[in-house]
Amino acid sequence: MQGAFFNFSRKTIPVDWNLLITQLMNGLQLGLLLFLLASGLTLIFGIMDFINLSHGSFYMIGAYFCGTVVSVTGSLIAGIVVALICTFAIGAIVELVIARRLYRSDHLDHVLVTFGLILIFDTLVHMIWGAAGMAIPLPEILNGQLHIGTLVLPTYRLVIICSGLLVAAILFVLVTRTRLGMLIRAGASNRTMVEALGVNINKLFLIVFAIGATMSGFAGMLIAPITEASIGMGNEIIIIAFVVVIVGGIGSVKGAFFAALIIGLMDTIGRSYLDDLLKLSLSAEVAETAAPALSAMLVYILMAAVLAFRPQGLFPPAGSK
Amino acid sequence: MTDSILKVTALNKSFGGIHATRDLHLEVTRGDIHAIIGPNGAGKTTLISQLSGQLKPSSGSIEFERKDITRLTTAKRARSGLARSFQITSVVMPLTLLENVMLAVQGTSGHSFRFWKPVKQDQQMVSAAMNSLTEVGLQDRADKIAAEVSHGEQRQLEVAMALAMKPRLLLLDEPMAGMGVEESQHMVDILKKLKEKCTILLIEHDMDAVFKLADQLSVLVDGHIIASNTVENIRANQEVQRAYLGEQHA
Amino acid sequence: MLPASNSGRVYAVLLILLGMAPFITSWIDQPFYLDLLSRALILAIAASSLNLILGYGGMVSLGHAAYLGIGAYCVGIPAYYDIYNGWIHLGLTIVVSASFAFLTGLIILRTKAVYFIMITLAFSQMVYFTFVSLEEYGGDDGLVIYLRSEFPSWLSMEGATALYYWIFGALVLTLLVIYRLVYSRFGRVIVGSKFNEERMQSLGFNTYRYRLTCYVISGVLCGIAGMLLGNFTSFISPEMMGWTRSGELIFMVVMGGASSFFGPLIGTSAFVFLEQYLPEIMKTINPSWHEYWHLPFGVLLVCLVLFGKGGIHGWLSRFDKDGDVK
Repeated sequence: MQGAFFNFSRKTIPVDWNLLITQLMNGLQLGLLLFLLASGLTLIFGIMDFINLSHGSFYMIGAYFCGTVVSVTGSLIAGIVVALICTFAIGAIVELVIARRLYRSDHLDHVLVTFGLILIFDTLVHMIWGAAGMAIPLPEILNGQLHIGTLVLPTYRLVIICSGLLVAAILFVLVTRTRLGMLIRAGASNRTMVEALGVNINKLFLIVFAIGATMSGFAGMLIAPITEASIGMGNEIIIIAFVVVIVGGIGSVKGAFFAALIIGLMDTIGRSYLDDLLKLSLSAEVAETAAPALSAMLVYILMAAVLAFRPQGLFPPAGSK
Repeated sequence: MTDSILKVTALNKSFGGIHATRDLHLEVTRGDIHAIIGPNGAGKTTLISQLSGQLKPSSGSIEFERKDITRLTTAKRARSGLARSFQITSVVMPLTLLENVMLAVQGTSGHSFRFWKPVKQDQQMVSAAMNSLTEVGLQDRADKIAAEVSHGEQRQLEVAMALAMKPRLLLLDEPMAGMGVEESQHMVDILKKLKEKCTILLIEHDMDAVFKLADQLSVLVDGHIIASNTVENIRANQEVQRAYLGEQHA
Repeated sequence: MLPASNSGRVYAVLLILLGMAPFITSWIDQPFYLDLLSRALILAIAASSLNLILGYGGMVSLGHAAYLGIGAYCVGIPAYYDIYNGWIHLGLTIVVSASFAFLTGLIILRTKAVYFIMITLAFSQMVYFTFVSLEEYGGDDGLVIYLRSEFPSWLSMEGATALYYWIFGALVLTLLVIYRLVYSRFGRVIVGSKFNEERMQSLGFNTYRYRLTCYVISGVLCGIAGMLLGNFTSFISPEMMGWTRSGELIFMVVMGGASSFFGPLIGTSAFVFLEQYLPEIMKTINPSWHEYWHLPFGVLLVCLVLFGKGGIHGWLSRFDKDGDVK
């Protein structure tokens, strides 16, 4: 279906609407995965002032736990439930044993320790599950495709998008409607105030850290049936998640949500359409060389621009300075 | 006509909806010790920060030696002869007292794009720094690390650093903060000597010290100067009694 | 000129030993050790350059490996066009890394703390992806450099020993430059700004300009390390400037003892040594464990931060009455 045309000077690009919608769905999927990673990261960052490079390790661990349980029980639901509990527990252990001692030290220490944790987690996964990746089979019902008019969409992509939106909604209710959420919001914009309220700050930190780890793990479980679980799978995406945190504003869950969607869409659309767009103003050859580099850089360019012109982020938490 | 070194006209500063400085006028005469007093939260440190350039005023102008400095950076103001000390001790803690003062000498003597010669071999700089330390009585403590000397000595170091910049106007933000009686007295003596060298704009809570030192007094309430006069006249002023002194002596 | 303390003497002996290394390794007939040392010393130049901004200037860059890559590609890309003139390689390295550091530094130096870490990371990722997508120069797969940079015979890099002395010379020069820099007027501004930038401004320093200059110097020094690395490995790929590489550089600096003059040299030597021998040690525990050497490595890193303040240099200088850690 070659539908409408974009008119741009004298050249035109035919738009394949089916392809565009598929790409938008892909972008939405990436954005929601990024949100699952970044929402925890931004809270840990905003409340504890802790840089957790190893947040992506929970993403990997979640995927491996889920895959193991699925291969034993054959049930994806069982896999996800068990893996959620396990990532929560591991997140809590990391907080209790390591992160807790470092909240008051400088960012350099955070970078080093969590870099060390990445090495530890990657190697442990290697020791337990081996160097090869782990495929997670999908149940028949999720493995099919949905036909909407002339559109064909993989069912599982829709599942990812719906689960992502569901978690975002739950998190939103948690943060805006509960006492825990009130403390979390207060902590992100003014930590001393929360301490002054006489709240058990250690418990709050522990819960935030473990929930963040769980959400990161959940993202890993969701993506693993598509990409399979592999060592170091969290190390690339965590950097993008940091970009989301900075662009959205440190400590802001709302900011993380919008920034994640913007970045997810920007990255996906950029990768598929940038060369077409560049061809409008550049020669085909130059466009084909420049497009991949530029599309990979887009998110970092966005972050640099945000840091240069609006360092507090696009949606900083209310009441912060 | 008196020679005014600093002239502040219609200065305003607001943070969000809060007016920390409201239509503030102030004139400081060369050679004076001019004290600013006022209750807590009156905006004294905010004023100093605007004078020294850490904060940009919302509106109004600041003239130093008849030149408009409202838009200059902190560094440029410092190099043109306007030095400040900080209420919360702000020295480079891991360096020695001498190294701290040498930084102050260095900041106001030419540029520092000099990459090769060790500063310690620069005899002129070392002796200039030692002079400043001597003036505040710290000459024997020169090689001590700033973090390891007493609070009183750190306050003296603050003054020595400000002094080493050879300022013509010195902004002192509560130089006696947190000092004991004896240390305060020592600081009063130091400041009396300094008066020979430069004009001083002093913020201080210690009323005894203020009355001993100041030639002129300005009273700052809610970001606005309500009175500015000689010490004797201010003491006699009813409005000031009510607004500030009364409250303190009550 | 070396600090007249016990640790200073240890380091002086160390430098002399390093200067004689080619003779020692050929005497004990272990040329492999010279390779190991060459690699360690190249990384030591990179780590020292990072130490200049990180240790002395308090600027935590998580993107310094980009300069290693830039330097390496300043050898690789001309070599791809059969241009092997070493002066061109060196000149290109200096110009490109200085311009990159200056242009990005204009933005980077406006940020503080965690934003500084993240923006240095962002710029290095941009460089990384640029080279990944340059298909002409191998993209992801990298580029083989067939010949070393050509210099006049007295400066030649041909042969392991000649290249080692090039590297050793560059390291000594780098250390000398950093040593003079830190105690000069310029260096005092950088050190002062690390601890109290606002105060430095009120003392009359335009700290932005000084810190930017320092950032550029550091970038150029690291670029030169990259140029040497390209010549040493004769194979270069974008992988050498990934963000985990930058993390390793920070690790080397901190392991040796940040803001100590010889710390980075000690740290990189320890790093290269561990990288080489941890697999062997793991093997003795269990023959199939040699590929798990990252585990003790990671544990070491965590323990280093939790328990070992000051790094290896810190332990050494406890023997001195006056540590030079500042």
